[in-house]
Amino acid sequence: MTLRTVWRKSLNLVMLSLTGVCALITVSALVVILGYLAKNGATALHWTFFTNLPAPVGETGGGIANAIAGSAKLLLLAALVGVPIGLLGAIYVAEYASPVPAFVVRYATDLLNGVPSIVMGIFAWTVVVVPMHSFSAYAGGFALGVMMIPIILRSSEEFLRTVPRSLREGAMALGTSKWRTIATVVVPAAASGIVTAILLSLSRVAGETAPLLFTAFGNRFWSHGWNEPVASLPVVIYTYAVSPYDDWHRQAWAAGLVLLGLVLVTNLVCRALLARRATQRR
Amino acid sequence: MGISFSAKPVMEKETPVTTVTVAPKETAASSSSRMSVKDLNFYYGKIQSLFHVSVEIATNKVTALIGPSGCGKSTLLRTLNRMHETISHTRLNGKILLDGNDILTQDVTRLRRRVGMVFQRPNPFPKSIFDNVAYGLRVNGHAGSLKEHVERSLHRAALWEEVKDRLHKSAYSLSGGQQQRLCIARALAVDPEVILLDEPCSALDPVSTAKIEELLFQLKENCTIVIVTHNMQQAARVSDSTAFMLLGELIEFKPTPQLFTTPGDPRTEAYITGRFG
Repeated sequence: MTLRTVWRKSLNLVMLSLTGVCALITVSALVVILGYLAKNGATALHWTFFTNLPAPVGETGGGIANAIAGSAKLLLLAALVGVPIGLLGAIYVAEYASPVPAFVVRYATDLLNGVPSIVMGIFAWTVVVVPMHSFSAYAGGFALGVMMIPIILRSSEEFLRTVPRSLREGAMALGTSKWRTIATVVVPAAASGIVTAILLSLSRVAGETAPLLFTAFGNRFWSHGWNEPVASLPVVIYTYAVSPYDDWHRQAWAAGLVLLGLVLVTNLVCRALLARRATQRR
Repeated sequence: MGISFSAKPVMEKETPVTTVTVAPKETAASSSSRMSVKDLNFYYGKIQSLFHVSVEIATNKVTALIGPSGCGKSTLLRTLNRMHETISHTRLNGKILLDGNDILTQDVTRLRRRVGMVFQRPNPFPKSIFDNVAYGLRVNGHAGSLKEHVERSLHRAALWEEVKDRLHKSAYSLSGGQQQRLCIARALAVDPEVILLDEPCSALDPVSTAKIEELLFQLKENCTIVIVTHNMQQAARVSDSTAFMLLGELIEFKPTPQLFTTPGDPRTEAYITGRFG
């Protein structure tokens, strides 16, 4: 072997190991997190953890039923804000907008996506909590909903763009108006992609703590209705984790495990949807 | 530049005409043409792609447009139901008449219902076979039995026997040739008077191609057909008259047998004998 060949082969080996190690780190990060959550949280996981309210401060035991329900409430409100705006915005950008407005919307959306989540919380506090004089599910749902908009808009736009032009032409050649073509052919053709985008955005905001701290605030009891402070999984994790009690620390780990479990389930649903879409096309 | 050929002068030359019948023939000729294109110029942005094209599309006949790639035949076809308007920065001048009325001033939705189109590649919607055919009927507010009408359209497209047991299966479960006939059924469902076909067989195997060509013969009993094709043999087989286009100009437009046996222009001759294109 010449010196050059040796050099080439060893360089190849170095790069292979480097990329391999980085890939391994990515995977092990998830495994380590999961392992930690399971190791530290499993002891607190009991069926009462899912059905009971938190125990009074100082007592051990109790559950996070109100936080699970509260997170569901917040995500429902967030979806009501984020899905219509994100989807219709995506339709505007992908189907109607000429290049300049499309660029402006896309750029603004990317900036919105980059707004720190704590700032989103302050924003929701200013426009919802202050005028309504109360921390509420409305405020928390609004903050999460605004965070969902850019995620849904950008990924739905991509999915709408993958719908072949020939489908649009086929519909329009039958005398269909543009809006009707979009509503009856383009959006249904991109439907499973759009659903995936919505689910991914939901699982993304489900873990957000900062925007909820002074909007939904938190609640150690059931919240009745939508216009009062409400508990949520991420805020419970935060509160318990910074507390001085060992039992609360365990419960924080367990709540983290529940949250991650829910996100993983959502992800699996997404994959299943994508797989079904692929088989349909075959 | 700017030479335009229309069917009429050529036909007069070729048909033995007695003086007595000249006048009635003239009127007959104009009333038997369903669409006429008059001095059409078309532009993509600043690039002109059709130059002074004039064509008469005869009622219930098959008119073929042939020519090498980029000669403007698909562009010409698309102007006939204003599909060019779906592409931005296009414009045209000239006249396109459907039954004597200018299509450019009509409601585009109604126009496309009367002048249907089938595309180069089969483009069924990601819906069931039934819903594909019913689509145009639903959009246009069909009165009467949807089911009957869908069945009739599938019969007309010679697809009924192959799909009658699986009408509610996805259209993507069909073969390419079946998909293309489904697209024809979908276009037929709204009872168009004219059907435009843009190289409908270019993505199909020979057997499917033969089926679609056969279909054209049945369809022309009730429909006027304009077909763009790359394939000269196909034009010769299916069409009644053929237009040869080159670089955006209509070079020659004649009854098909004459165009292929006695082309009047050296460029047509060069093309059909395979010397270019």
